[in-house]
Amino acid sequence: MERKMEFKKLLPLLIFLVLALVPAFERNPYILHMMIMVLIWICLGQSWNLLGGFTGQVSFGHAAFYGVGAYSAGLLYFHKEISTWYGMILGPLTAMVIAVPMGLICFRLRGAYFALAMLALAELLRLVATNWISFTNGSVGILIVPVAGKVFYYYLVLVLAAFGFYVIRRVINSKWGFYFVAIREDQDAAESMGIDTTKYKLFSLLISAFFTGLTGAFYMNYMAFIDPMVVFSLTDVSIMMILVVMLGGAGTFYGPAIGAVIMVILSEVFRAYFGSANLLVLGILIVLIIVFIPDGVIEIRRYLKRTKYA
Amino acid sequence: MLEVKNLTKFFGGLGAVRELSFKVEKGQIFGLIGPNGAGKTTVFNLINGFYLPTSGEVLFKGEPITGLKPNAICKKGIARTFQLVKPLSRMTVLENVMASAFCRVNSIKKAQEEALKTLEFCGLMHRKNYLARSLTIGDRKRLEITRAMATHPEVILLDETAAGLNPTELDQAIALIRKIREQGITILIVEHIMKVIMSISDRIHAINYGETITEGTPQEVANNKAVIEAYLGEAYA
Repeated sequence: MERKMEFKKLLPLLIFLVLALVPAFERNPYILHMMIMVLIWICLGQSWNLLGGFTGQVSFGHAAFYGVGAYSAGLLYFHKEISTWYGMILGPLTAMVIAVPMGLICFRLRGAYFALAMLALAELLRLVATNWISFTNGSVGILIVPVAGKVFYYYLVLVLAAFGFYVIRRVINSKWGFYFVAIREDQDAAESMGIDTTKYKLFSLLISAFFTGLTGAFYMNYMAFIDPMVVFSLTDVSIMMILVVMLGGAGTFYGPAIGAVIMVILSEVFRAYFGSANLLVLGILIVLIIVFIPDGVIEIRRYLKRTKYA
Repeated sequence: MLEVKNLTKFFGGLGAVRELSFKVEKGQIFGLIGPNGAGKTTVFNLINGFYLPTSGEVLFKGEPITGLKPNAICKKGIARTFQLVKPLSRMTVLENVMASAFCRVNSIKKAQEEALKTLEFCGLMHRKNYLARSLTIGDRKRLEITRAMATHPEVILLDETAAGLNPTELDQAIALIRKIREQGITILIVEHIMKVIMSISDRIHAINYGETITEGTPQEVANNKAVIEAYLGEAYA
């Protein structure tokens, strides 16, 4: 029992060390690129998971924070020729700044308002980024010259993912975490237990926006190119974040990571094998997973057990 | 301790609570009774801040608390339970109570100590590692009380904590309510089961259609003509 606890504590560190050793053996840029993409989606998944999975506030438009993070970095260079690396500071802060009014307005209400307002915000920002050409360069996008090799970006995003994982776990294992989960389970009960639900939902949103914006800024640096269709995308960012979390297991620490691995690798494999039908096959697979293991792949053992004894 | 003054709540044209006034003294067990739909739970929701009264006010230790949000009212020292229990289903019993204990403390360790103490006091210790959704209705009602107690209230509002309990659980619930009063906590209780309300209340306030019928000791209220009429009909009065 005790040994199991120890193992559980050390597991994230172990995974981190194994991942840190990967570039020592594997220098294939394609493999490294795939791993970087997985890590990006782990960052995004766990950010969404804090708000949607633990606090129960589903957002259909996290691309808003992602895109704002990416554009914060890109615009620094585009207008002032300031290195996009400063975007890694500015991006998360800007994301938090736009999160504040969203939270203050929507979290007074319950139900679908927040989810839909986020959807609207992301679409609105996409349109602004597309049409305000003098400021954002419109749909041509922003192009920079990448400064480092894949290994460098790999380590950077690995550190980001680990940082996010650590912070979110610390938060969840604190008073705030108890409050977030209590809010998810029952807002009336939470209020009557002395929890300022509006305030704590906002805290959760701010942390989530911070990490999403940070990842967006990293994406700008790594890909060296962004345009509004890519970073403000409803399907490729907002919905994908939800899928990553739901497939892996919402409201768990490892769920988003598992979901990210599945989504990134499967969509790549399917693209290679099923040609233009790849989205169809991926879609069918997602439906199957959601039908048969609705709590996410992380709970697969429980479902296997259930069928065995049923 | 707790005073309700001319409290009125309209839902559209429906007067759920009308010009209701009563005063709960410190250390009292104060019963609020009335037939179904009389407005008892609405009174609770008005006191605890879920509803804003149409007019009138609620005073806690002489200070108006009308308009405060439920979480602020809880922090001031008024805790409540729900008639339709609201367990935090996917948390364990201990976690439920800890989340509540954070009302007064900040560290995990202190919250856990506090929660364990409260679980012991309320007799729910043996269920501490169960998921809240796996509890029986009796234990869920007890969890409601435990969670309310973990916020260190001065006044606790109990909304039909005895409904749906079997006779053994009923006796345990009565014992627990008495034990809470021994802590010096003032109790405002809504209850349908006469055995409970008549045996533990110091004073009872009877309402019907949102209006006061009478107030007095359990004996006085039980013999009141209007109360009997409201519950059993004119033929029995």
